[in-house]
Amino acid sequence: MKIKKKIPLIDQANKLGFWGGKFGGNYVPETLKKPIEDLEILFNKLKNDKRFIAERDKYFKNWVGAPTRFIKLENLTNHVGGAQIWSKVVSDANGGAHKIYNATVHCLLAKRSGKKFIIGDTGAGYAGKMLSMAAKKFGLKCKIFMGAKDIARQQPNVKAMKKNDAEVIPVYSGSQTLVDAVSECMRYWVANCDTTAMCVGSTVGPAVFVRICGWSTSQISRELKIQLIDEFGSIPKKLKLYNCVGGGSSSFGFWNEFMDYDKKQCEFIGVEAGGPIKSKKHAAPLTYGSKIGILHGAAQYVNQNSDGQIEETESISAGLDYPGISPLHCFLKDTKRARYTAASDEDALSAYKIVTKFEKLRPSLEPSHAFSVAIKEAKKLNKDTIVVVNSCGDAYKDREILKKRLGKKYVEPN
Amino acid sequence: MLNPISLAFKKAKQENRAALLTYTVAGDSSKKQSLDILKSISKHADILELGVPHNTPVADGSQIQTSAYRAIKNGIKMNDIFKIVKDFKKSNKNKPIILMGYFNMIFQYGENKFLNKCNSSGVNGLIVVDLPWPENKNFAKKCKKKSIYFIQLLSPTTTTKRLNKIIRDSHPMNYFISMLSTTGGKLKVSPNDILKNYTKIKKIDPKKEIVIGFGITEKTIGKLKSADGLVVGSAICKEISKSLEHRQNPVTNVSKLVKKLKSKIL
Repeated sequence: MKIKKKIPLIDQANKLGFWGGKFGGNYVPETLKKPIEDLEILFNKLKNDKRFIAERDKYFKNWVGAPTRFIKLENLTNHVGGAQIWSKVVSDANGGAHKIYNATVHCLLAKRSGKKFIIGDTGAGYAGKMLSMAAKKFGLKCKIFMGAKDIARQQPNVKAMKKNDAEVIPVYSGSQTLVDAVSECMRYWVANCDTTAMCVGSTVGPAVFVRICGWSTSQISRELKIQLIDEFGSIPKKLKLYNCVGGGSSSFGFWNEFMDYDKKQCEFIGVEAGGPIKSKKHAAPLTYGSKIGILHGAAQYVNQNSDGQIEETESISAGLDYPGISPLHCFLKDTKRARYTAASDEDALSAYKIVTKFEKLRPSLEPSHAFSVAIKEAKKLNKDTIVVVNSCGDAYKDREILKKRLGKKYVEPN
Repeated sequence: MLNPISLAFKKAKQENRAALLTYTVAGDSSKKQSLDILKSISKHADILELGVPHNTPVADGSQIQTSAYRAIKNGIKMNDIFKIVKDFKKSNKNKPIILMGYFNMIFQYGENKFLNKCNSSGVNGLIVVDLPWPENKNFAKKCKKKSIYFIQLLSPTTTTKRLNKIIRDSHPMNYFISMLSTTGGKLKVSPNDILKNYTKIKKIDPKKEIVIGFGITEKTIGKLKSADGLVVGSAICKEISKSLEHRQNPVTNVSKLVKKLKSKIL
């Protein structure tokens, strides 16, 4: 299994949609074969179409707000006393997280295909919030599927979706989190694929959804590459890119443009959600050696029992609380291009405390997982090493959890 | 020897009627009860589909989901399902059984081991909801070697070109999904339109048996009785849920329902 150079990773799947011959694919009901094929044809055409790319870039620039900042965390760097710690503040993007890129592209595609309705899944609520924003912007009617447990713990985003005229459909089956929301969304699409476009909220699902999402979030690394060269004159000799990994959309987008660099120069570190320290449950299939299985249309490493039932996950961060992982990350793990590790709920909370103590930055619980590992590793490195953490979401949505776990003083007033 | 599935269609044809196929979930609501249900409905049904419950089903509506979650909660495992089939076959050697489920269960068991176990317990056919053509080509070949029918699914969204290719590669039985829906949806197309699609598919290779499923209930089954076979699933699962709710015996209630369904297509 090998990564090819000079070919975008999203285009390295074989004819049946498998990366490395075994990750991804299209394990879907017959009814979805045609709509998926239609979407593939459309996307393959448009991703190389200059006018479509110009349209995308126009919305990314004027509406999403590209580029998002790339800043040095001076105080944190001094406190840690090792490598230079920087952050790509992707939460600057319109709506407060990276999910806006995928949502925008899906709405543009839906418009091109003449669809009037769009549906999507959401965990932390960001994918749903952004899809509702983009749907409103492009005049599409929108339904968002969200686990009942996530609705309860991510209220600010639920309110935002409703404000954008989206219908939020609670999902009560299974663990009532992201995994069930994705299933329900796919089921709805099975029954309505003639009129409705589906947006999968991360680099998961049938192969074309993995590709569209990866293509969209790659905006992050396109910007970062330019910003690094502006700042350092060239890509630093020792660069380490830390990102949290749930489904894997922000991390893939954060790394994509650096794929062809030697990993000794540009190392990718993916941080999964290890769950509460005292719990055996987690959302870290790559770190804890889960077996390959099929979830939501794709073969991937996934938490499951010996029979093949998908196992419940546990994490303080709704956005990482998913038993599977993008086929792209399975491929990056097995080719050893990226390194994966996990941070616990408690690790993420203390990282949030440290970052907010020293910097004017409020990473949500998802990137707080990445900060936790970045801070620990930065200590052991010298200042020639450039550590960059993707702060891919804003903590506003987590205010209730933070208030409960850390106390009021860690939550800024609106 | 001819696969019992083909024998069942032959018998129904001789009686000048559609074959009745039922779907129940293995282990719903317990291992013993699902076996008792199979035994009891086998008097009226021609072919028995037995669902392998999975906890992230992407094509099942709420009735079948409820049954599946109930069975999983009660501890059903893949080996228990094979045992149910084996026990059933002890007293019903020629009644065909089809296992229907999602591919991850087969993938984790191991394709070859799974098929061997199908053979030794008496499974006659397989429907794998999320293993479409051409992804299923290799697995379907393996099934054929074991004399197990791999049943292809066809949908209203399947293009004519694709229909031709799938049917060319298919085994003697195929399954036409009546409409765009998960299982158990309300029938949103007219039976006439469903039969029009059915006839179009049937013409491609008249020798292949085509059954129709999804959204078929007591009310609608009669209007579709010109098909080779008709599948009722969600309506049966719903009957089990209702019986449990009212503290009635699901075995007798389901049996009554299947008898009634049968009477509508005679």
